[in-house]
Amino acid sequence: MPPEGSVGTVSPKFERFDEPLALKSGARLDAYQLAYETYGSLNADRSNAVLVCHALNASHHVAGVYADDPENIGWWDNLIGPGKPLDTNRFFVIGVNNIGGCHGSTGPASINPATGRQWGADFPVVTVEDWVEAQARLATRLGIQRFAAVMGGSLGAMQALQWSISLPDRIGHAIVIAAAPKLSTQNIAFNEVARQAITTDPDFHGGNFYSHGVVPRRGLRIARMIGHITYLSDDAMAEKFGRELREGVFKFNFDVEFQVESYLRYQADKFAERFDANTYLRITKALDYFDPAAAFGGDLNAALKRAQAGFLVVSFTSDWRFSPARSREIVKALLHNRLQASYAEIDASQGHDAFLMEDPRYHNLIRAYFGRIPL
Amino acid sequence: MSSVDTPASLAGRSDFLAIARWIRTNSRVLDLGCGDGSLLRYLKEERGVTGYGIEIDDTKLLACVKNGVNVLQNDLESGLSEFESGSFDYVILSQTLQAVRHTERIIRDMLRLGREVIVTFPNFGYWRHRLQVLGGHMPVSGDLPYEWYDTPNIHLFTIRDFEAFCESHQVRILERRIMDGGRTVNFLPNLRGSLAVYRCSSA
Repeated sequence: MPPEGSVGTVSPKFERFDEPLALKSGARLDAYQLAYETYGSLNADRSNAVLVCHALNASHHVAGVYADDPENIGWWDNLIGPGKPLDTNRFFVIGVNNIGGCHGSTGPASINPATGRQWGADFPVVTVEDWVEAQARLATRLGIQRFAAVMGGSLGAMQALQWSISLPDRIGHAIVIAAAPKLSTQNIAFNEVARQAITTDPDFHGGNFYSHGVVPRRGLRIARMIGHITYLSDDAMAEKFGRELREGVFKFNFDVEFQVESYLRYQADKFAERFDANTYLRITKALDYFDPAAAFGGDLNAALKRAQAGFLVVSFTSDWRFSPARSREIVKALLHNRLQASYAEIDASQGHDAFLMEDPRYHNLIRAYFGRIPL
Repeated sequence: MSSVDTPASLAGRSDFLAIARWIRTNSRVLDLGCGDGSLLRYLKEERGVTGYGIEIDDTKLLACVKNGVNVLQNDLESGLSEFESGSFDYVILSQTLQAVRHTERIIRDMLRLGREVIVTFPNFGYWRHRLQVLGGHMPVSGDLPYEWYDTPNIHLFTIRDFEAFCESHQVRILERRIMDGGRTVNFLPNLRGSLAVYRCSSA
């Protein structure tokens, strides 16, 4: 049974595109497929569509459950559904798996039509701008000229921000949660550790591990562990695990002893089973490259000059990966451009992951903001 | 001056109506400590203003979003560095100056951000307040509704104090309105006025 207020049973849909997509890297995807899900119904004048963009580890499965996999609840199910803060009784919500992903959209594990084999290492590096372009094509295909809102957290928020810059006349509101206008040096450094873990795994085979019938599990596990640590706050980890030992006493060996070790290993195992290493590499690169100000000499004010959307920017006090100060950089540029903007700094203890949590202050704010969007 | 209707949301805030009368249409407004955003909403609907409110409190912030006004969660005391100099026609600080720690800095910031600043405050020199002090107690009234032990007000001052402050801090008073119970007070304002509303600029 889906939880109460859920959109219920959903199934992914697929759209194929044969119009080539020129990527920022200079490479080109001649044809590609996008996996997506929709919740609610598009209204008669097609004005109630909301695009929800996913971050590093997620997919188009944003809300609801699958009939054949009832445990697989959408990653933002606590926020999206009938009567929920993003109310699917009112809005038509779309989740899309980005290009380069591993959940049904064309990515490194897909077949390269030029060779008849899986892309592997040859799959191009993709960027946030490329994703936005592909998402816009899907919107057009679905008859949506303009989104009422584009929303995301973390890397998803970067996509919402990019939407407001790339396609200002196709987005009414940008809901930018736990974001940054670009990664900090420290963030890039963390991503590089994750990539090194993957690429130095002997089972990686330069990215062409598919044909060897293996996956770089060790690398993926370590990548996930380091990522996971940065998504939590010191306090949240201390509260959840403390220094608690699984068996109460030191064993003076290197087995799992502390509860936090057990948790990290469990998360790592789960992740290595379902995530593609080549996708992980590409998504972390997309994060590193994201910097809309770069094309304007580093001037974020200039980058946002074209934006017309209304903005809701939300940060979380204990988020040290994308700290409130980074969100304030965005707000400052919005104010410079005299855009409609609101900013909330939610006092939450869970770190970066707070954007996925059900905090009433946060959720009431999202509910109120969507409530003010006229259709 | 055209008549300004009193919407329910502004009831009980006589300074809001006084402020609204001064705000030119389609101007840009920054409302510091904007509460539930009802003043901004009123100014937006009746005067076509654009701008932002600043509010620290989660509940009031939510009320602002429900009121459809732009609001930024920020602590006035930690500075207003997000804003560029001269980016507003008016910067409003209503019934908050007496509760801020860094009085001089906030006035300086306001004058930097706005062409004009509008400040409202409860007048400590109001005769009822004076009587209460003479009677041996800290004053409690409609415009100073707190007991000494639960008041957020840390810098109580009179109309005469404020005007002396303006004189010594290069603040030019453009207009003032002293009120009591919603009525304007012209005679002996520092004695008979409970609420002061000032429009100022840099001298």
